[in-house]
Amino acid sequence: MSTVITVENLGKKYLLRHQSGQQPYVALRDVLSDGARSLGRKLLGRGGTSAGGAEREEFWALKDVSFEVKQGDRIGIIGRNGAGKSTLLKILSRITEPTTGSVRIRGRVASLLEVGTGFHPELTGRENIYLNGAILGMSRVEIKKKFDEIVDFAEIEKFLDTPVKRYSSGMYVRLAFAVAAHLEPEILVVDEVLAVGDAQFQKKCLGKMEDVSTKEGRTVLFVSHNMAAIESFCSKSILITGGRINYFGFPLDAISRYFDYKNYGDDNGLAKRVDRSGTGSVKLSELKICDSQGNVTDAMFSGHDYIFELGYIKNSDEVLDEVVVSLDIFDDKMIRVLMFRSNFTKSNLRLVEKYGSISCLVKNLPLAKGLYHINIFISHKDVVVLDYIENVVAVQVVGGDFFGTGSEGMSSHCKILHMSKWWTANVLQA
Amino acid sequence: MEQPEIIIRPGMGALHYWRDIWRYRELFFFLAWRDILVRYKQTAIGVAWSVLRPLLTMVVFTIVFGKLAKLPSNGVPYPIMVYAAMLPWQFFANSLTESSNSLIDNANLLTKVYFPRLIVPAGSVIVSMVDFLISAVILVGLMVWYHFVPDMRILFLPAFFMMAFMASFGAGLWLSALNVQYRDFRYVVPFLVQFGLYISPVGFSSAIVPEQWRFLYFLNPMVGVIDGFRWALLGDAFPVNWSGLALSSVLVFLILAGGIFYFRRMERSFADVV
Repeated sequence: MSTVITVENLGKKYLLRHQSGQQPYVALRDVLSDGARSLGRKLLGRGGTSAGGAEREEFWALKDVSFEVKQGDRIGIIGRNGAGKSTLLKILSRITEPTTGSVRIRGRVASLLEVGTGFHPELTGRENIYLNGAILGMSRVEIKKKFDEIVDFAEIEKFLDTPVKRYSSGMYVRLAFAVAAHLEPEILVVDEVLAVGDAQFQKKCLGKMEDVSTKEGRTVLFVSHNMAAIESFCSKSILITGGRINYFGFPLDAISRYFDYKNYGDDNGLAKRVDRSGTGSVKLSELKICDSQGNVTDAMFSGHDYIFELGYIKNSDEVLDEVVVSLDIFDDKMIRVLMFRSNFTKSNLRLVEKYGSISCLVKNLPLAKGLYHINIFISHKDVVVLDYIENVVAVQVVGGDFFGTGSEGMSSHCKILHMSKWWTANVLQA
Repeated sequence: MEQPEIIIRPGMGALHYWRDIWRYRELFFFLAWRDILVRYKQTAIGVAWSVLRPLLTMVVFTIVFGKLAKLPSNGVPYPIMVYAAMLPWQFFANSLTESSNSLIDNANLLTKVYFPRLIVPAGSVIVSMVDFLISAVILVGLMVWYHFVPDMRILFLPAFFMMAFMASFGAGLWLSALNVQYRDFRYVVPFLVQFGLYISPVGFSSAIVPEQWRFLYFLNPMVGVIDGFRWALLGDAFPVNWSGLALSSVLVFLILAGGIFYFRRMERSFADVV
């Protein structure tokens, strides 16, 4: 088997700006005023260049990454959020440039970093198939040849000439996947896209990808939080931690290292955090989010059950009765969207031992796809604050089939999902 | 089987950039096609807009400059004189507006797929070109109405159109790249377009510009383009100031070359910044 991808000493540096301004982009005004300021500084002879740089911080999203991929390999890339997985994929698909190192790729690369990139809501299904195909790198002739297959795969024959803005989200995802599944590059790069869509369809897509890979010797690089998919689908796996390659080898080993690392190597550093308030007689030491099988996870699915397990350290031998804990969940706009507070449910929490944990079971997680932050608050009788930490962790809800219909709700409009029933009634007119 | 090897290294951009542009030509057409398709969906009169806008502006200019201010039109019907200039100007103005926002409007594409970014603003210019061709029909209508027959010079029209195209594309490249970096340009462009309309000979003819201002006046590259259009379409009544035209052409060329250079340099960081 020949080598198709060679990555050597790859690194990517971002400059983080620490500024009070909210704009994510540079305004000309700032450049002009910064320029004027530094000019003024030079004229005044205080030749310090550091003053401007103080607001910036270097951040290496990837560092010293080297590996080789052989033809026909199916590589699963795992790691926590922010470990650098997506940055790696972005460099491999030439969307962004590396800061150091090099990559050599042999063959045509198609990248699928998002489902339905470039879909236009006003265009019909038919038009979007052509557009999306072209965006993903297919030629018109190729799309034409595969058109019927794509429509078949997506199961949307009847709605081909309807604008996709009228599609249900399930149909939308299916169509987007169908186009992507019929790509025929030598190398396919896929980001966490299988998290959307219903389970059955996910299976169909994985099957299709596997088919393409085994029968036609295509290479697949695949990022996922879905360990089951990684285990069953991939021939090799890369574990990335903190921008570096932690392990490259058998998927099962990578997965178990991933969980080890998460459980012991890095317990969100809660005990050491100083940005906290409260008396400190009880301190939070750890937050684990476990799925229904008891596996620790940092990506959650809407509609699944989770246990939030809070480790604590009590600094006295006194038994504390009527402890109240609150888990407050904030969305990406820092709006408090959910609050799990133990006295809402009259749950009497009693802390006896010096070390222990408090668990909170949340069934049927009602959060839509998105990034959330958690604040934790622990008090005695809801009067004395023992410990309060803002922004304990950031967790990703990657979507999921909350309603059992394939719909994920509309996370950009509303973060809370709840089941509802609908019916109609006729009013008799006199 | 051919197995092209791609090498990704910092600071290199894409090695085979121009070859890539050729390879991605279909995407280029698809993006332009999408913009044209989407543009008039859910509008009541659809494509008629691209006819209506220049037509109404022409009527207003004819009344204000021709009838009220009584500016000379050198024997050519005033509406035809205005419209002959309105065509390239609208093309330029639309291209500028569309392409300056094009990268930001396609931000989701820039951050998710690779392709030579140049095709995004280029697509916007093509869309404006389609508008140009549609509104050109009105000019033919006007000429029939006024029994005005252009002479052989019309053969030079494509050359001036090329010039308009290069000016639009060059300026579009500059503005689109700057807009990614500094969103301020979002506010600059409408002003630029409005201002440009007054300093370009759209409502009047270049003949009324006083001699001492000529040099400054010709620094606006659209002056050369518009004068060229009038000369090619309307004939001797609008002689071309050749040195002025040469100056405009050089400027157009510089804008385009500079635009490509700047765009290529900024392009690498688009995905990180946009």
